[in-house]
This record gives sequence, C-alpha cells and structure tokens, in this order.
Amino acid sequence: MQYKMIVSTTVNGSAVDVLCEPRQSLLELLRDGLGLTGAKEGCNNGNCGACNVLLDGVLVNSCLVLGVEAEGRTVETVEGLAAGGKLHPLQQKFLEHAALQCGICTPGFLLSAKALLDQNPDPTEAEVRHWLAGNLCRCTGYDKIVRAVLDAADAAD
Amino acid sequence: MTTSTYKVIGSRPLRPDGVDKVTGRALYGADVKLPGMLHGKVLRSPHAHARILSIDLSAARALPGVRAVVTAQDLPLIGDQMADLGESTVNLRYVSNNILAHDKVLYYGHAVAAVAADNVHVAEEALALIKVEYERLPHVLDGKQAMLPEAPILLSDLRTNELGKIGDAPTNVASHLCHQRGDLAAGFAQADVVVERTFQTAMVHQGYIEPQTVTALWNEDDQLSIWCSTQGAFSVQEQLAELLQVPLSRITVTPTEIGGGFGGKINVYLDPVAALLSRKAGHRPVKMTMTRAEVLAGTGPTSGSHIRVKMGARRDGTLTAAEAELIYEAGAYPGSPVGAGCSVIFGPYRLENLQIDGYDVVVNRPKTAAYRAPGGTNAIFASETVIDELAEAVGLDPVEFRLRNAVREGDPRPDGPEYRRIGLVETLEAARTHPHYQTRLTGKHRGRGFAVSAWFNWGGKSSATATVNKDGTVNLIEGSTDIGGSRASIAMQLAETLGVAYDDIRPQVVGTAGVGYNDVTGGSRTTFGTGWAVYEVGKALLAEMGRRAADYWDVPAESVHAENGVFAHNGDRLTFRELAGKLDVPVTASAAVHPQGYGPGFGAHIVDVEVDVETGKVTILRYTALQDVGKAIHPSYVEGQLQGGVAQGIGWALNEEYIYDAQGRLVNASLLDYRMPTALDLPMIDTVLVEVPNPGHPYGVRGVGEVPIMPPAAAVANAIYQAVGVRMAELPMSPARMAAALAAQG
Repeated sequence: MQYKMIVSTTVNGSAVDVLCEPRQSLLELLRDGLGLTGAKEGCNNGNCGACNVLLDGVLVNSCLVLGVEAEGRTVETVEGLAAGGKLHPLQQKFLEHAALQCGICTPGFLLSAKALLDQNPDPTEAEVRHWLAGNLCRCTGYDKIVRAVLDAADAAD
Repeated sequence: MTTSTYKVIGSRPLRPDGVDKVTGRALYGADVKLPGMLHGKVLRSPHAHARILSIDLSAARALPGVRAVVTAQDLPLIGDQMADLGESTVNLRYVSNNILAHDKVLYYGHAVAAVAADNVHVAEEALALIKVEYERLPHVLDGKQAMLPEAPILLSDLRTNELGKIGDAPTNVASHLCHQRGDLAAGFAQADVVVERTFQTAMVHQGYIEPQTVTALWNEDDQLSIWCSTQGAFSVQEQLAELLQVPLSRITVTPTEIGGGFGGKINVYLDPVAALLSRKAGHRPVKMTMTRAEVLAGTGPTSGSHIRVKMGARRDGTLTAAEAELIYEAGAYPGSPVGAGCSVIFGPYRLENLQIDGYDVVVNRPKTAAYRAPGGTNAIFASETVIDELAEAVGLDPVEFRLRNAVREGDPRPDGPEYRRIGLVETLEAARTHPHYQTRLTGKHRGRGFAVSAWFNWGGKSSATATVNKDGTVNLIEGSTDIGGSRASIAMQLAETLGVAYDDIRPQVVGTAGVGYNDVTGGSRTTFGTGWAVYEVGKALLAEMGRRAADYWDVPAESVHAENGVFAHNGDRLTFRELAGKLDVPVTASAAVHPQGYGPGFGAHIVDVEVDVETGKVTILRYTALQDVGKAIHPSYVEGQLQGGVAQGIGWALNEEYIYDAQGRLVNASLLDYRMPTALDLPMIDTVLVEVPNPGHPYGVRGVGEVPIMPPAAAVANAIYQAVGVRMAELPMSPARMAAALAAQG
C-alpha cells in the first residue's frame, strides 16, 4: 500500500489537491495531509464524534470515511466556521455559555450542531439531545452545550 | 473577609483560550508535528497473566520503514523507590514494569514492545511481525478472590504492609490500613437500628476524549524534549528522570492543550517509550498516540471494589457507630485509592465510634490511576445507601436524618484531623428547601433519591510569574495545565488582586522550562493553589509598582496608597495603566507557594428516576446538585464542574464497567461497548452553589471538581428503591442487573 493517489477536493471553500494513500481516512487526510488539526481523533471508530465534519453538507465521522472518497466533493471543517473575521454564532454561544471545558470535543459538537441548525433552525431540547447523541463530551454533562445550541438557534431567529 | 466587594471574582468573562478552542486552532497533544517525525506504536499482551519466554524482533526490524524497536531490555533496571505523583504514590520499579513488561505480563493490554516507523501504518504492520512466546499462567480478576490463599500470585516479591508491619509470605494484598475511634461494640449496643450491607462496584475508566499522546525528541547532546498532553509537566519530568535514569535538568516537558484527564493523565505510559525510540532511531522525534482500545486496556482506570458497611442509629436518628471494610482492586501493581476511600466513607457524619479497614489488592487488570475523587465514589455509594436505609428505618426524611448527624466546624474527620469552617449544614438546608425537593414526584415506577459526599481537596505547590507591559496589561505565566477553564479562574484572581480589568491579564500556560515548579492540575487544587500563587504575585507587583509611583512623585514609598488599580499620594493619582507607561525599568514578580489551607467540600444531590420494569432501564428525569463550593471565582465553570461530575457519576452508576471473558481478556475496549452517557441519556443538571468561603484562602476558594462525582451512584440507587422497592448493591445498575434484581423481587 505504498502508492498514493491525488485527491482533488474542496475544503472550506478552497480547491485543494492532496496526496492520499487509499487506506487513509478522511480524518488522516485532513489532519496529516492538509494540516487541518481541528478535527480530533477520539476513538477512530465512529463512537465519539470528535472528528465530525460535513461532506457535501452531510454530517459524517471523518474517521469512517476514506480520504479518497473526498474526490470531487466539498468538506467543511471547524476551521471554516468563522467567516469575515467573525465567529459563527454557534462558536460565540459555546464561549458565552462556557459550553467547553477541555475543548477536545468542541469542534465535533460545533459541526454536529451546525448540521442540525442547517436543517432544523428551531429545534426543541429533545431534538438537540437526540441529534448530539453521537458526540461524546466527558467534561460538561452536556447541559451548557445544549443551552448554547438552543441559544444559537434563538439568536438566528 | 467580605465577598460582596469583588469586582472581577464572581463574574463570568469569556475564557482567554476560548477562540482558539472553538476555531480548532488550539494545539492538543496529537496536533504536534516536528520535522523528520516518526510514529510509534505499542505491542500489547493478549493474555491476562503470562511469563514472557522470548521476544523475536528480527522480522519487525527488517520491515522497510521501521526505524527502531524497543522492549523492557531498553529500560534501565530500577530498584524499589517510592514516588509521589500528587494524587497517588507509586513504586517506580512497578511503574517501569508497567511501561514495558519485564518478565511477566500481568494484564490484557500490558505493553510488551514498541516500534517507531515512518508512519503509523508501517508501525502497526511491524507490530504484527513481532513474535512473543508466552507461558500462560492462571489469572485472577476479582479482589476478594485474589485475597484467597489459593489465588495465583501476581508479584512474587509482594508482602502485605499490615498496619505498618511487613508480612513474610507471598500475597496479592499489598496493604491493610485501619482508622479507629471510640468503642465500636458500645456504639452498636446503643443503636436501636443496625443496618449491614455488602456492595460491589465495577472497574471504570476516566473516559477523557483525547487518547494519551506524546512526542519525544532525544537529542544528540542527550537533551530530552517532550511535548505531551498531561495534567502535570513537572510530574512527567520527574517520572522520566527516574524511569530513564536521566538527570532532571536534561528533560524539558512542554504541555500541549489537554483533552480531559480526570486523574488519568498524571502517570506516564508512552512518554519514556517514545524517548527510548527517539534515541534508538537516530535521534529523530517520535510521536505516539494511543488508540481508544489501548486507552481502555492499557491505561489506568479506577478500582472495582467490594465494600461492607455496618451502621447503627438511635430512634431519634443519631448515628452511634459505623464500621466499614473496603477491598479495592489496584490492578496489576499496588496503589489503589483505598486510602482516600477510607478517609471519606463516613466523612459527612459525626461519629464517636467507628472502624474502617481498607485493603489494597493486586489483580490481573490494568494498574489503576487516579480518577476524580479517587476511591470516593465506590465508598460513598456504599455508605450513602446504608444511611438511606437507616433514615427509612427510624422514619426520618433523608435530608433531616443527615442534618442531625452532619459534621460542623471542629468535628473530627474519620481519619483524624478536625474540620475547619465547612458548609455541609448550609448545603443540606439548601437541599431541603429547594423546589426540586419540595415538589412531589408522581408517576408509576418513579422515585426520588438523595445522597451527600465529602472530599478533602488539596493545595499542592504552585509557582507563577507576571510582567507588566508598557500598555498596562499584565502577562501571566503559569504552569497549571488548563483542563477546564483555569486560565480564566487564575487570571481573574490576579485581576482582582491588582484592581485591574480581567481583559488586561494575558495568561499563558508554559512547561518545565518556563516557570517554577507546579504540581499537577488535580486534586481540585488549581484554582485554590495556583490562585494563591497569583495572589502573592499580585501583591508583589502592587508593592513594586507603588515604589515606582513613589519614585515618580519623589515621595517615600510608604506614603503611596494603592486601591482598585489606582496609586495615590495626597492629590496625585496614577492608574495602573498610566504608571505602566512611565516605567523605565520593567516590573516583574514571581511567587512560589505551598498553601496548606485547602478546605473540604460537600455535595448534596437530588435525583428523580423512572425504572422501566420490563427492560430494567433507568431513566434520569431530573437532577439537582448542591455544593459547598467556597467562593465561586467563575461561577459558570464551577457549575460546569458540578454538571460534569454528575454526568460521570451517572455513567458509573448506570452503565460503565470493564467486562472480561473467561480468559481474562477485556471484551469491551471501545466507546460503543464501554458506554458513557450521551446528551440523550441526561436531563439538564441544575446546580446550586452554596458559597461558604474557605478561611484558608485569600478569596475563599475551595476545590470543587471532585465532590460532585461521588453522590450520583448512591442517589440513583436510593431513587430506584423509592421507584420499585429494590435495594441495588452492585454497580453499574445496568438494565441487565436491574432486570435480574426485579425478577428476584418477584
């Protein structure tokens, strides 16, 4: 498995060509190939959500997607959330609500929450909890995370 | 001391590292990348207990892309030597053998060899080419069974430390300790009601989301540089100096951002291995990151335990005597947190007559490490369940029963020392009048539970330095890894001391090369101990700035008065910022402290549950955590500590456990099967911060992080009893165990 392929993809709005071994995950491609270390590896088998990104707008565990599958598609990572010198409302609300302690799970939660609000701008608490059930946080007990997401949804109204 | 005059303390500013952490820019351990970096992986034991007969590394070494292979033969031989890691004391010879197995593997997942290669995939391929010949030995997983005479012996040289006296026969019992007070028999004779129960709790893991990770560079001049995710850079430095037999001065440890620790990121695992690989691979940097399966199988979880509790009370609710026996599974090497368990088990109560016996027992499981209130959750689960039963037996409300026996200032702790000003009574009163407790719970198979906890907290050693910038801002250099917002809580204390705005303090966390010694971020000590250090730094800065103002005005220093960030002499005034702009010679100050005035904290938790009597699933309907937190510096992060502790406690109560097969192999080493609570499993967690300032700290700080993990298991068990009439005596109270208990009830 020494040979590599060139993957042409769009990451956070920019077209990139990157060398990728067929056995590498999208998470490896982002972190090692492109230096985008915002997506984190917590389990490498889809149970913790720390590596979550959007692939063509769909929330995925980037550890469960092969790097070569990004060919011709668009990837959104935490590094692309803030725009025009301003934090994304979710980022701002996470800070205001103290919705992170160690912060390792935060990028994954932000992407999951963005995917939720993109399709359901006004979720209930139960919907937020259900949607975020694929993201593990061991520090906060989720209370402040759920409040931050609900507040971000309200602020967007 | 008044608490109402604070300008910064008690407010809720944004954390200084916040933007980096929500933009993905913050660099955690696995984000380190150095030129020429290699990647290391560890080969682990597939057996619970086996003798290593031979290791053949030749095929692994021959694989293209492999740069170095190491085994225990590459580690210096270490004699018996005790080391204090802050939250636990360890024998370094055992630590060394745990890093890479010497002659025997003692648990499934025990490290045996390691490889450095051009990338992680090649390193993994090389592991598969290492041939290890084992002679399997009988194993023992359970602490009680390991104490039996016929049990297989893990460590041939281990002798029981029996109340200070060393035994003469091989054993798995590393130590027996005992706390005694009063006359136990007389105490039980005075009781109208006596309850005696036995409990069992499963081994559980801290569950930090970031796996252990380190990058090491052993330079040609024998300088060793380490970048790692750790709770304590200085502790890593000390452990490496001993394990590698390298002078402390040659080791520089730079902590990265840390993705959770909860006590589990104090002991080193990969760090010495990565260092050895770096030296052997031609002095190239080597990065090692564990997989989640390695984290669960190969790092220290906390003890499973067997606990017997017997307590007696008079009809009026006064406790007369208490007795406990705690058997804690240390894992493969001695050092369970049974000592702390013994200290806190009856911590919330006045007791004239008590006896507590603790046993530290080795078993064929990973060597345990600290986990948030180490040893406390097991113990409090047992004692608070018995207390609940006693309250019911004498017909008293659970909060009222505890109030009648609650410790107050001047009462002795179970392990001897007297309590200073504490807030247990205030916390219990707040619980009794809380709307949650006052609102009737209705519905089938629903119940409300209550439990309390005590934790003694810690001070530790801290150093910090601050420099005044020309623009009036202050750079704060600290050495306490920020694991949950402590840059904010520390900077706030310096701002308060100086009388300047929070935003004017620019904190940064540095490693062993950048600041004086700091103990680990652990033991609920950082906001207390490092807060104390920056208070001293602030006072020193104010004194020097006052002298500079006096020089400027050409008046005696003692005639200059500083208040709220303004220096004044007669009619002259200079703000801190104005004075900073006039400095010719820079102003800097450092402080190093080892404060002893840490104050205990107490928690009181109320939980409503619903039991599905068909599946045995327990749902948490409502949760309120009240706690004596001292003065809350940043209330949002104090609330977060309570909420996070509750979530971990609920996971411990309902789901989490290490599951082994008949061969002693861990079968649930993934986050799918080791099931921690998700957002869907929990309701909002209400908190009440009861602020009884700690007289042992300039701003009244008490440690807050550990207290809240202890009550949930007992509170949930007591709620289950109210819901369905079953007293659960085993953790976790998983659906399977609940269903079995309900079936046994008939």
